[in-house]
Parts: sequence; C-alpha cells; structure tokens
Amino acid sequence: MAKSIDVSDLDIYYGDFLAVEGVTIPIAARSVTAFIGPSGCGKSTFLRSLNRMHEVIPGARVEGKILIDGADLYDPDVDPVEVRRQIGMVFQRPNPFPTMSIAENVLAGMRLNSRKLKKTEASEIVESSLRRANLWNEVKDRLTKPGSSLSGGQQQRLCIARAIAVQPQVLLMDEPCSALDPISTTAIEDLIHELREDYTIVIVTHNMQQAARVSETTAFFNLAGVGRPGHLIEYGPTTKIFTTPENPATEAYISGRFG
Amino acid sequence: MATQPPTSEPTTPKFTARLHSPQLPRWVPWALVAGAVAVGLALHLMVGWGWALTIVACWLGYVVVLVAVSGRVEGRRKAKDRLATSLVTTAFVLALLPLGSLLWQVVSNGLPAINSSFLNSSMRNVVGEGGGIFHALWGTLIVTSLAALMSIPIGLATGIYLVEYGNGRMARWITFLVDVMTGIPSIVAGLFAYALFVIFFGEGVRMGFGGAVALSVLMIPLVVRSTEEMLKLVPNELREASYALGVPKWRTIVKVVLPTAIAGIITGITIAIARVIGETAPLLIICGATDSVNFNPFDGRMMTLPVYIYSQYKNPGFPPEFGIERAWGAALVLTVIVMALNLVARLISYYFSPKTKA
Ligand SMILES: Nc1ncnc2c1ncn2[C@@H]1O[C@H](COP(=O)(O)OP(=O)(O)OP(=O)(O)O)[C@@H](O)[C@H]1O
Ligand SMILES: [Mg+2]
Repeated sequence: MAKSIDVSDLDIYYGDFLAVEGVTIPIAARSVTAFIGPSGCGKSTFLRSLNRMHEVIPGARVEGKILIDGADLYDPDVDPVEVRRQIGMVFQRPNPFPTMSIAENVLAGMRLNSRKLKKTEASEIVESSLRRANLWNEVKDRLTKPGSSLSGGQQQRLCIARAIAVQPQVLLMDEPCSALDPISTTAIEDLIHELREDYTIVIVTHNMQQAARVSETTAFFNLAGVGRPGHLIEYGPTTKIFTTPENPATEAYISGRFG
Repeated sequence: MATQPPTSEPTTPKFTARLHSPQLPRWVPWALVAGAVAVGLALHLMVGWGWALTIVACWLGYVVVLVAVSGRVEGRRKAKDRLATSLVTTAFVLALLPLGSLLWQVVSNGLPAINSSFLNSSMRNVVGEGGGIFHALWGTLIVTSLAALMSIPIGLATGIYLVEYGNGRMARWITFLVDVMTGIPSIVAGLFAYALFVIFFGEGVRMGFGGAVALSVLMIPLVVRSTEEMLKLVPNELREASYALGVPKWRTIVKVVLPTAIAGIITGITIAIARVIGETAPLLIICGATDSVNFNPFDGRMMTLPVYIYSQYKNPGFPPEFGIERAWGAALVLTVIVMALNLVARLISYYFSPKTKA
C-alpha cells in the first residue's frame, strides 16, 4: 500500500522567484518524516510539490525529479487528480467547506467524487475518522451542523479527519497541531503512530519535541537570507539529527540558539 | 474618577482614572431635536418663514448646538463623532427623499387604477374608460423570461471562465468587451436587435423575441460582472482543499465553488432581471406596441409594461384622464414587480448563503 518517495535535485519556483533549491531526499515507505526549519524557508512549498498541489498556484512550477515508487511524479502522462487521490494533505490553515455539514466535510473526498456510499458505510467512515482525529466526542451530537461553526482547533481536526477518510497512501501534514491543545496534540500524534503501520507520513512542525516524538527521519531546511532560496541542510535519523547533527546550522537551530 | 486628588497612591497607573470620560446623556440629542422642531414651528407660524428656509435653518442650528455642547462636555473626539453622525444621517435622509416621494407618487396615483378588470383586460377596442394591462403584463413576463433564459447561462459560463480558467490575452479581451457591453446605451441594444432581425425577417420586423435579444445584450454583462465578483470572493483555500482530495477541477467548480457563491450569484441575477425589466427604448423599437394580447414571442408585435406606460401617457385617448390613470396603474404594477424581485434576492441570499452559526 504505502509508497516511497525519492526526490532528487528539486528546484521550486513561484514565477521567477526560486523558493526552494536543490532538494535531494529519499522518504521511505511506512515511515514518518518530519520537516523542521525557520519560517519562510520553504517547508510548505516543498510539501505541496509532493502531491502536485504546487502547480495549482498560477506561475508556480518545479524542476527536478520526484519518484513515487519509482514512477516520475511530474511525467506529462501523470494525472495530478489521480496523484492527489493517493497522496492526501492537511493544510497549514484549516479549510473546511462552509457549505457542508461536519459529516459531509468528513465524507467530502467521496461525495465530491460522486462515489456511492451506503448509509451505514458512510456513518461508519464519519465516526471512525472523527474518532481518530479526536473530534468525535465534541461533535457527535451536531454532525449536521455546518463545519465552519467549529473552533479553529476543531476545524483543524475536522480537516485531518477529512484527509484520512479517503485512506490515502501518503499523508502530507502541514503543521497539523499548530492550533491544538496538548491533549488533542497527543491524540494526533497517536494517530500518526497508528497510521505509520500502513502509510507514509510527512509532517511539517515547528515543535522540536513533536518532531522528536513522532518521526524516524528528520529533515532540516534553512535559508541563507531574505529573498534567497530555501535549502535542505541535512536529513537523517531523528535521534541523530537531535543529538549529533553534522551541520552547525542544524545544531544551532535545534538548540534554539537561532531561527 | 477624574476628581481624584493627585496625591493618591503613586503606584496607580495613570490611565485608570481615564477609563471613564464624561458623556452626554442619551436624551440630549432628542431634546435638541424637539427644541429645533419647536423653534422651527415658531419661526414658521409667527415670523412667517417659508418651509424650506425653516427646515434648513433649524437643521443647521441643531447640528451647531449639538456639536458645541458635545465639544464642551465630551471633548473634541466625540464632538467630531457627533458632527460626522449628523452629516451621514443628513445624507441618508436626502438620498431617501426622492425614493420616498417616488413611491408615494406611484402608489397614490396608481392605486385607484388597480382592480381585477385592469389586470385582466387588454386595450382591445378601448378608447376611454376601462381597459387594462393584461397584454402588457404577459408581454413583459414573456420577454423578460426569454431574456433571462438566454443571459443567465451565457453570463454564468462567462463569469466562471473568467475567474476559474481565464488568464492571459483571451480573458483580458473578454473582460474588456464585457465592460464595453455594460456601457451600451439601451436604445442601441434595441437597434442592434432590430438590425439583426431585419436580416432574417425583412424590414419592419416586430417580435417579442427580438426584445428578449435586446434585453439580453443589456443583461449579460450584468450577470457576468456579478458572477465574477462572487466567484472571486470564494477563498482559494477551498479550491485547494478540494483538489487535495483528488477532486477534478470541474467538479470542484460545480460542487464547491458554485455552492459557496450561489447566494450572491442568484442575487446578482435577480437584480439584473429587475434592472432590465423596466427598459423601454429597445422594446419600443423591436417589440413595438399593440392593444391586443399576443402570447407568441416569435410572431408580431408584443406589448410590454414600460412601452404600455409610455403609450398610455403619449396617447391617452379620449377623455385623457383614463389613459393617464392607466399609465400610473401600470407604473405601480411594474414597481411592485421590481421590488418583489429585490425582495426575492434578499431572501435568496439569506437562505442560500453558507451558514456559519450552529
Ligand atoms: N503563493 C506564493 N507566491 C509567491 N511566493 C510564495 C507563495 N507562497 C510562499 N511563497 C514564498 O516562498 C517561500 C517559502 O514559503 P513557505 O510557505 O514554503 O514557507 P514555510 O517554510 O512553510 O514557512 P512557515 O513555517 O511560516 O509556514 C517564502 O519566501 C514565501 O514568501
Ligand atoms: Mg508553512
């Protein structure tokens, strides 16, 4: 089921602006990889290039190679819609559909693609997805209420539930816990542990402890200065990055002396 | 609080004393209004000033006194606030005056004409008393519906193209042409429709469908514009959320973008209909005028309400007061239709817009 990702020498542009330069990193199947780095260094940009969400922005493009299980992701024959069905995404800012109820939001991946669901099947998916996102208890009595009536953190968990409801083989999460309290954060981390059994997970986080807790591999991004492209400084086993990093910049960043 | 002696607690931060500032009691502005009215009455009745002069003078006096009192008691900022409030209120009342007076005129003159025979008979063989708007009412409904039927799909599709697909030269040209279309005088739209139909049906052609074409020339740019504005309001994050679930672009537009914007779009369409339903000039040219009922938009002259009003006013028959009364009656019916459309637009935007409250 799970897919491995192989990135080599990837440059990512917004129009003429080179946002991320020369990224080479293998991401193993059935593993959790954490991206850390200062704000604006291109973590979200890189993450979005992994399921071809980057090209949705006018003028945005990538150069280089990304292989998903050995197949070129940016091959002209590849259908980005099909890619995104298999590589799900949780955005940095929660974005529930305002016209849909909570339950419909969870089912959006199937409903918007007009996949037929039996009623029992649908309510099962809603419950299990919301439970895994630690939102079920809070919303089980108001599943028909609009998704935008939830608090910011609840919306974030709703978006996580929506992303896992379609059972993607790779899950990209952009700061999924940035608006969550410690209890919900723990629940999401448990979810990540559980999903790791079957899926490949990439998570962006500003929380070092979280990166240390959930990931096997950590990648550190940095940028030389304002207006300069972001670079992947180094990646490796999380324990190694957090104890004996090779690059002094990594050392400085994780020990909080900079960034 | 402000009277606290400065010798108290030196550690107390200064601003605590300033949280409360003096304020005029709520009744003061109203008392000033009452005073101004009383003075005005006195000036009018005893000194013999005219109405206009009295009202302007009292209004000025009211504003000056209110701002002065407020300035003394409440300070400069609140005095400015009161001045601005007074000016805005004045502007509001001034803007409302023509509308109120128009409604009053239409209702008071038109209401006596309204009865069931007025609504149910045409002008066939009517010279003096009697007659009605049946043929014109149906004509207006048929012509406007046909115009809406043509304009809504074209306008909607154009708006969607411009926002969701269009970039580059093509979109810029379309936007430019839509802008030009917005500025076309309605009589030119009528002449265009006439010229177009002359090609197929020969000189002197008159038909309801031609009127519908002329109205859609006027209506399409309105629909395009409002659709465009509404679609632009849909946050990109929703489109991205949908793409990220592996939903193709067209499904995203149909199932996410349009439902999110539908209230505004329908409101815009309704207002566009209300806007073209009162057009007279183009219909005068291509639909013509008739006294008889005609349900077939593809054959012959068709009466419409605006043209009916115009012709009743122009040729009131004999004696003329009946024609004039019929014109007012038709004007009232047309106004009611337009207001009903606006009301429908409000209701739609209320019921269809995405709910944020639980
Ligand atoms: N839509 C866009 N158009 C142009 N430039 C963009 C766009 N989005 C991001 N950028 C630029 O790309 C660079 C990387 O942005 P990105 O959002 O990837 O940073 P990030 O590492 O995710 O930061 P954060 O931790 O604050 O989320 C920044 O310089 C940013 O200004
Ligand atoms: Mg980011």
